[in-house]
Amino acid sequence: MRAGLAGDEGAYRRLLRELTPFLRTLARSGLARAGRPTAEAEDIVQDVLIAIHTRRSSWIASEPLVPWIRAILKHKLIDFLRRRGTTGHIDIDTFAEVIAAPAEEPGIATRDVVKLAESLPSGQKAVIHAMFVDGHNTQETASALQMSEGAVRVSLHRGLASLAKMLRGSI
Amino acid sequence: MKTEDLITALSRDARRTGPSVHGRLAMAVALGIASAFAMLVAGLGIRPDLTAASRNMLFDLKMLLVVTLAVAAIALVRASARPEAGLPKIVLLVPGLVLMFGIGHEIATQLPAALPGRLFARNWAFCLVAIPLLGALPLAAILTAMTAAAPRNAALAGALSGFAAGAIAAVAYGLHCSDDSPLFVAAWYSIAIAMLTAAGAVIGRRVLAW
Repeated sequence: MRAGLAGDEGAYRRLLRELTPFLRTLARSGLARAGRPTAEAEDIVQDVLIAIHTRRSSWIASEPLVPWIRAILKHKLIDFLRRRGTTGHIDIDTFAEVIAAPAEEPGIATRDVVKLAESLPSGQKAVIHAMFVDGHNTQETASALQMSEGAVRVSLHRGLASLAKMLRGSI
Repeated sequence: MKTEDLITALSRDARRTGPSVHGRLAMAVALGIASAFAMLVAGLGIRPDLTAASRNMLFDLKMLLVVTLAVAAIALVRASARPEAGLPKIVLLVPGLVLMFGIGHEIATQLPAALPGRLFARNWAFCLVAIPLLGALPLAAILTAMTAAAPRNAALAGALSGFAAGAIAAVAYGLHCSDDSPLFVAAWYSIAIAMLTAAGAVIGRRVLAW
């Protein structure tokens, strides 16, 4: 995470990738406890990944990372359940005896973030499309769209922020 | 969308992030203090008898109260910025004890008939306008810093931002205001700070949710 905050793309990707099974397990057990189908876990996992990314400066580098991640997940899980009209207390601290996640994991959310991005302003949509669908990095996106790299980053950041907002609304 | 693709896309956005949310808050607080004091000096003016007043126990008590309140409020905002941290409510103990001591001292040393006069003094209405005005910029600065935060409860984090801005404004206003009675401070400073706290809660609910 420290390397990710310093801008190391490879280390950051590894971190997010390694966190995902852990997030998935917690999301599944949270859903199971609330009596929701565990198939919705992937939506929560993706929400949490976006939240980890957009809120990463709220992690204090001298503090342990796992409690921060669990708190982000708990917040998103409660938010998700509240929006689906499920009430009830979620005690994530007792998740120690958690159901193991099955090995075959499709990793596909029921909502399509790329489809949601259609309703973004055209600049943000183009950047999100270039990076998410075509798989360009910021430099390639910048030259493809004839924007500065800084402008690409700003568009991406804004686009991700509105996507996060839309995800909350679409649930 | 596949989670793996999302991870790839997010990691492409990896870049050196600015200061942590605590760093941003520290800058916002410094900016807020600077703006409140600039408005104090340029607009209200520091009370002319400051040197004499600093030998007055009630003035010292008032300043001790607002400074400890500001320190406590800033500690609470800092904690509320992190989703995994609990609020260290214990920090409110010090200003609470100072306030109770002040009120007790006032009741013990003043004639009962003098108390209403000391409560209302001359400037209560001005205090209710000046503190929110002095606190508006600090509130904006703190809320801006807090947009990078991940508070458990957006309205509460906004309220604490307003509380901190109000306490900073109260320190500045305390250097202007010539009413040093703990009764005056307990009533009017509290209401003025509560106004900023409420404003912070309303704004925070909208801008700090994530």
